[in-house]
Amino acid sequence: MKVNTHMAKEVITLEEVRRLAWLSKIKISKREERRYLNEMSEILEYFRMLDEIDTEGVEPTYHVIELVNVTREDAPQQTSPDSLLEIVPVMKGRYVKAPRIV
Amino acid sequence: MPRILELPASEIVRKVKVQEISVEEYISECFERIRTADPKIHAFLTLTEDYALMRAREIDSRIRRGEKVGSLAGVAVAVKDNICTMGVRTTCASKMLESFIPIYDATVIERLKAQDAVIVGKTNMDEFAMGSSTEQSAFGPTLNPYDLERVPGGSSGGSAASVASFEATVSLGSDTGGSVRCPASFCGVVGLKPTYGLVSRYGLIAFANSLEQISPIGRTVADVATVMDCISGHDSRDSTSVNTGPTSLRSHLIEDVSGIRLGVPKELFGEGTEEAVSKGVWNAINRLIGLGATCEEVSLHSLKYALASYYIIAMSEASSNLARYDGLRYGFRLEDDDCDWSEAYSRNRREGFGPEVKRRIMLGTYALSAGYYNQYYLRAQRVRTLIRQELSRVFKNFDLLASPTMPILPYRLGEKLRDPLEMYMCDVDTVTANLAGIPAVSIPCSSHQGLPIGVQFMAPPFREDLLIRVSYTLEKNLELDLKPAV
Amino acid sequence: MHVETVPELKVKIGLEVHCQLTNLKSKLFCSCSADYRDSEPNTHICPVCMGMPGTLPVLNRKAVEDAIMIALALNMQVSSRTLFYRKNYFYPDMPKNFQISQYDRAGGVPIAKDGYVTIDGGRKVRISRLQLEEDPGKLVYEGTIETSKATLVDYNRAGVALAEIVTEPDITSPREARIFLQKLRSILEHLGVSSGELEGSMRCDANISIEGGTRVEVKNISSFKEVERALNFEMTRQRSLIRKGLRIGRETRHWDELRRVTVTLRVKEEEEDYRYFPEPDLVPILISREDVERLRASMPELPDSRKRRLMEQYGISMQNAEVLTDNKALAEFFEACAANYSRPDLLSNWIVGDLLSYLYDMGLELRETKLTPQHMVGMLRLIDDGTISGKIGKEVLKEIMVTGEAPENVVKARGLIRISDREYLERLTDRVFEENPKAVKDALKDEKAVRFLVGQLMKLTEGKADPQLANILVRNRLKASAGK
Repeated sequence: MKVNTHMAKEVITLEEVRRLAWLSKIKISKREERRYLNEMSEILEYFRMLDEIDTEGVEPTYHVIELVNVTREDAPQQTSPDSLLEIVPVMKGRYVKAPRIV
Repeated sequence: MPRILELPASEIVRKVKVQEISVEEYISECFERIRTADPKIHAFLTLTEDYALMRAREIDSRIRRGEKVGSLAGVAVAVKDNICTMGVRTTCASKMLESFIPIYDATVIERLKAQDAVIVGKTNMDEFAMGSSTEQSAFGPTLNPYDLERVPGGSSGGSAASVASFEATVSLGSDTGGSVRCPASFCGVVGLKPTYGLVSRYGLIAFANSLEQISPIGRTVADVATVMDCISGHDSRDSTSVNTGPTSLRSHLIEDVSGIRLGVPKELFGEGTEEAVSKGVWNAINRLIGLGATCEEVSLHSLKYALASYYIIAMSEASSNLARYDGLRYGFRLEDDDCDWSEAYSRNRREGFGPEVKRRIMLGTYALSAGYYNQYYLRAQRVRTLIRQELSRVFKNFDLLASPTMPILPYRLGEKLRDPLEMYMCDVDTVTANLAGIPAVSIPCSSHQGLPIGVQFMAPPFREDLLIRVSYTLEKNLELDLKPAV
Repeated sequence: MHVETVPELKVKIGLEVHCQLTNLKSKLFCSCSADYRDSEPNTHICPVCMGMPGTLPVLNRKAVEDAIMIALALNMQVSSRTLFYRKNYFYPDMPKNFQISQYDRAGGVPIAKDGYVTIDGGRKVRISRLQLEEDPGKLVYEGTIETSKATLVDYNRAGVALAEIVTEPDITSPREARIFLQKLRSILEHLGVSSGELEGSMRCDANISIEGGTRVEVKNISSFKEVERALNFEMTRQRSLIRKGLRIGRETRHWDELRRVTVTLRVKEEEEDYRYFPEPDLVPILISREDVERLRASMPELPDSRKRRLMEQYGISMQNAEVLTDNKALAEFFEACAANYSRPDLLSNWIVGDLLSYLYDMGLELRETKLTPQHMVGMLRLIDDGTISGKIGKEVLKEIMVTGEAPENVVKARGLIRISDREYLERLTDRVFEENPKAVKDALKDEKAVRFLVGQLMKLTEGKADPQLANILVRNRLKASAGK
């Protein structure tokens, strides 16, 4: 019953769930929309415990290591393109076939 | 079971080098064992028997000719199925990659091969490493060798279970938020998550890039050290790989903890910690005190926020990493003549991904999206800074932090599947090391009703040597009564 | 014809220009060869640029140096620390369904900010940012984007280094957009980082708004030749909507090069949310003052300073110098000719005037013709020594651009040599006078009629008569008839 009390807070809306599915390119059914709404609400509610910390002026940590300027020489190397094409599900000639755009 | 399967890696290497046994014999025994044990525990998704035997014979013939062989000559290694192996199916335990055969080896695989290790197969895991029980595999769960009704932990459940049940001598897993330490703890084996950047991630199929490291699993501390010394060190194909040579952890297999200062964070013995676990861990700590270590309880307030921070970051990165699975260049693809690309992608991803993966992609997309980025993703990365700062303060006074690896004992299959958040909570003690990029080890320290309990040690960056020394000392001084049920 | 009754509303245009760094041998984040043009589809690919699972990017150092040089040439502030970001969106040309790019919000700093380009002899177009990013693959449609049953993908281009240059909306007409792009291209070519003549190496997206209206984005403009066309279409479309009292919706449109129209790609409701976040697989790039100064010192001459030098060194007009330096190939051609020719001002008129308009008519780049500096100078010398007239010179120029023949040979083979044979021309003059009695009468008091008679004589010789001699002969003959 924990879920229901959290639900009352409306962390996320059905419309947002649909938009997330569209952005993530994951098709979900009407019934699943509901399920996602409930599960995500509960999890997001938990994540919101971070709201209570003062993070003003704290730099984010995107990388835990101090490395900078990792680069390589501009030197081309031989590749084996044909072996990459062998695992392509649908080809047309040497092209990779994708579904239509419009 | 033949005794050779119980030997540590270093003994196997010694015996094959002096031709006391042949690699072929030993590898054949491994597969015999797999044929007996694996139908019960389901640790493997793919076996590479023909290849392994061919490699074994090749190494044997080099030894007979008196040629030099590598530091892992003949040793049977099981590899988590999110580490790319050239010519061998690498599925991430996902329908999406069910028939994906990489045309390249991960750097760690190249290094293992260069040292003449023999890869025996690819192990089961939670799909795309998202889970803590190996129940989220698209190909069915792995079972705990100590109790076939319980989970082996995860996500590297297959790698831990295969070693625990003597199907392989050592294995590789990956640890994003505890994915090696958790199953090591549940399966009574040793798992070491290295400092971020110490082991190349090239060829590791990404779940959360800024958190994860490929990590060795073994039945002994020495085996884990041996594998680390083989796979660690700089790789120019990974921009986050630190510029150091391989580790020499084998030289730190020293039975001495005198003067080692242990900190015990209260937050890692939180309310969800089972008493048996707590007792087992304290028992180990007390043992170390008896051997000359000192110990003090500490409080790290920011750890309370580690789990939320970890999951937000991991899901955010995952939502982006897993975008590439659209069915065009490789992997699962449905018929799509009747629809446009967007619809086709959405159907493919609906069918190809399991529920936990989809849930995390959706949540990660949310945490990064306009309007929520600051509140979730950015805030989590800032909290990560606070956690790192607090840890580096505490490491001024302590050499290592000790805690349970898992707050609970291995639980029954399905027990936590219905409530994702409850499952996430199990990672509460392990995620901190990933957020901070510091090394951490889990080693068996006790048991309760025949189920293993693991203790976790965390160290400052690049102090794997301390972890190895303390774990080794503990291993030598604990009498554990652990016997797998298979 | 449409007659304007009210003054046209002002147009504001901003451009996002994507320039391939064509001097790089390998791609931005992998070691695949970047020289993919004229190759079979999907031959310049590797696990990294195909977005295979487990692969990781490693940054091409030279791309960063190229970007810094561009920044300096565009008078920009080079960042001391910069990060790569992931721009997340799905599209079939995207191997990873995110693009490694840079970002200028939420803590992201592009490689350089705040510069300008001077066009039309002094107007500044402000540049807001410069960033490095990877090119997507190329989509091939069977027919058009709207009717194609399937889409074919060639990943050869995927991962090639792009410099994205973003302007403020300072551009005031489609024509000015073309001029800006031309100048930008010349700057990049002078730097040697990008050659705009390669197909698809310089593409842009434009945002365009009519005063008081909504901003519309036009994507898929494949060259600076297309930009004027696309923006003219879009400007006219928006103006006619406004005239009809209709609202312009905020949307993204696609320039259909074949049909020469813009079509709706997506409306605001479907707008992407790119979910930028720092690329965890790449580490920060620090750029020191010393790095910047070292690169600055190594920079070649740029169009603006070349323009000043051409004016000083050769005494040519500012207008000519500007046109020449807006096109590196042209400036180089001019200087190669000027090295062997003593009248650079005349030379510059020929290049800026005739040569350029022939190129435009033929739709060719200079390098696509067979014209050499030697031949150009040779042609001018034929005019100077009186062998051919200036008018014939134009014909010769057109021909040698196409055939690559030496001008002397063209003149000889086609019998274009100037006619200076006095007796022959006198006979022709007699004929002109016989055939144009009225003009002869008028010519006694009207200078225009004199020029008409000279013209008729030239016409009879197909322009080959020595014009000076023709003039003298006509005037002599007039004097003679007046004396009668």
